Amino acid sequence: MSRIDRRFAQLRDKRRAALVTFVMAGDPDPATSRALLKALPQAGADLIEIGMPFTDPMADGPAIQAAGLRALRAGMTLHGVLHLVAQFRESDAHTPIVLMGYYNPIYVYGVEKFLVDAKAAGADGLIVVDLPPEEDAELCLPALRAGLSFIRLATPTTDEARLPAVLANTSGFVYYVSIAGITGAGRPDYSRVAEAVARIKAHTPLPVAVGFGVKDASAAAIIAAHADGVVVGSALIDALAGTLDGEGRGGEAAVKAVSALVRELASGVAGAAKNSATGEKVSA
Amino acid sequence: MDAMARLTSWMDGPALPVEAARPFKSGNMTLQTPILQPNSLRQGPDAHGHFGIFGGRFVAETLMPLILSLEKAYEEARADPAYHAELQNLLTHYVGRPSPLYFAERMTQHLGGAKIYFKREELNHTGAHKINNVLGQILLARRMGKKRIIAETGAGQHGVATATACARFGLECIVYMGAVDVERQKPNVFRMNMLGAKVVPVQSGARTLKDAMNEALRDWVTNVEDTFYCIGTAAGPHPYPAMVRDFQCVIGEETRAQMFAAEGRLPDSAFACIGGGSNAIGLFHPFLDDRSVELYGVEAAGHGLNVENGHAASLAGGRPGVLHGNRTYLLMDPEGQILEGHSISAGLDYPGIGPEHAWLKETGRVTYLSATDEEALAAFHLCAQLEGIIPALEPAHALARIIDIAPTKPKDHLMVLGLSGRGDKDLATVAGSLGGME
Ligand SMILES: Cc1ncc(COP(=O)(O)O)c(C=O)c1O
Repeated sequence: MSRIDRRFAQLRDKRRAALVTFVMAGDPDPATSRALLKALPQAGADLIEIGMPFTDPMADGPAIQAAGLRALRAGMTLHGVLHLVAQFRESDAHTPIVLMGYYNPIYVYGVEKFLVDAKAAGADGLIVVDLPPEEDAELCLPALRAGLSFIRLATPTTDEARLPAVLANTSGFVYYVSIAGITGAGRPDYSRVAEAVARIKAHTPLPVAVGFGVKDASAAAIIAAHADGVVVGSALIDALAGTLDGEGRGGEAAVKAVSALVRELASGVAGAAKNSATGEKVSA
Repeated sequence: MDAMARLTSWMDGPALPVEAARPFKSGNMTLQTPILQPNSLRQGPDAHGHFGIFGGRFVAETLMPLILSLEKAYEEARADPAYHAELQNLLTHYVGRPSPLYFAERMTQHLGGAKIYFKREELNHTGAHKINNVLGQILLARRMGKKRIIAETGAGQHGVATATACARFGLECIVYMGAVDVERQKPNVFRMNMLGAKVVPVQSGARTLKDAMNEALRDWVTNVEDTFYCIGTAAGPHPYPAMVRDFQCVIGEETRAQMFAAEGRLPDSAFACIGGGSNAIGLFHPFLDDRSVELYGVEAAGHGLNVENGHAASLAGGRPGVLHGNRTYLLMDPEGQILEGHSISAGLDYPGIGPEHAWLKETGRVTYLSATDEEALAAFHLCAQLEGIIPALEPAHALARIIDIAPTKPKDHLMVLGLSGRGDKDLATVAGSLGGME
């Protein structure tokens, strides 16, 4: 059983959804990033998605674009990302880590070498935005062979006919992107989120985590009542960016600000658990 | 022999390995496309959009259903004579096709070698080859019921062509253009505004063409219901590279027929500049199986190929990678981060290239060269002075290599330049290069 499977199973026993937090590796600098990763589980993150920075993140909004560019300017590389994961694992053997990004840096690193190194560093899964099922032979199938989960995005445009193909080689969990759009944009229509999660669950036993547009505890609570996980990214990046000084330097303030928001989100998720445990669903 | 008689004699003649021919019309000319040979280089891409290892569909899941429905709509349109008739009618009466194949007599005399012809795409409505592709896509958008058109643009020529077609058909038009390009191609920004398009200056990343494409993709991901993405070059996820090529093949098909009409035989060589590669693939593709025809694609060498991040020659200075939906040659750092590249010509300033060119490079069928900013400027001036034609800076790159190669060829060598656009948009840039003459 993988770390991801184990974590979702534990949370299911507790009747609570997972809080999945996204941060960009090396944003705004490697030292702050390392401290931030270490602080996330203490603040209430159940799973961590770590962004692998890329110059051309075509599915991301301004917040994550800027985070990636800050990280690249501070010297982050794919080797550096894996090093951060390995450092995190020195003090945390249980929190699942999912690496999220775009294919080109992985392709250039070398697929087989990347999979070996990512596994050795202690990563558990991959989300690669620009690899749909049509391109499974590139990375998805090799990743599964290497013992890494390949987490696929399902979106509002993924219809009934396409869903089986999208789910076919997915493992770990399914990431439902609740709006057609880029990260950080808009607010999902919560009533349709419940419906979409149910639609996906009719096709797969995997947990379904929902993201895009979750910014605060109340939104997290609503999603947590309907899904197995709540993914928060841009809001955390915004919290971090708000603490940077004129030269874009990070430090303790960044870690504190992000941790505070994670605690708030975690309480939202925990609150929703009570509601669903007593059978009352929170509605939009 | 008149033109039609020559065309017919070419069909009957033994010179070509043609087993059968499918007639079609371009403007008022009837052209012939040979049915493909089993070992033809014109069969790509495969069902998954691959040209060898290049191409593919590397897009976010949100876009995948849209790309599949576009592919289906394009296949249906291709098989529909009414669609072709509508497109041909527009190409004839709106664009002004066929564009002339012009004997550049003084350029020929000056260089003292090959006999040089210009395929004059700069005479098309809107002043470049871009309109050929745009009309094909806009008619497709109409068939698909899409009312909102988005496009990326570098030099602004594709943006102008898209704005033009949208005005013609009453469609909403949003053009993404890097903020740097908005500055250096002001006349085209003004033209787009006049045509009713909304030009969005893109501030992200390097603020040039690649970032405009990122932003257009972000728009498409957000507006999936009503929006058609009209890509301006033979790149992007399948089916775009093949579709854009098909629309641009009119350049090479006409050239073929016109050269037979003028000289009674195939050209010996053809040259075209390469940004994403649409005018080049359009000129080359109909000749790919005529192995006697030398094909030269010319990339932008900017400040020089040895200047780091100082050029936009993806094939000469790049490696295979994945960006904007396809695997192709890209300019990138050792970590796979995309470089900005540089060219004096905004239309060539793109760190990638269409996947079919990447494949043609590997097969060796097309020779890829490059020309620097300085060489392109010299060619620009020579063309203006000898022929009374002010070319765009993009095709001036191809002309720069003709200036070297034509003198090495015999006088009966028939050489074609794809003159992809006119230079009005570049006057400020050229004046700037002459030292504050603005
Ligand atoms: C006149 C002209 N030629 C060539 C190009 C390069 O594009 P492509 O390589 O797709 O033909 C452009 C692009 O803007 C252009 O305006």
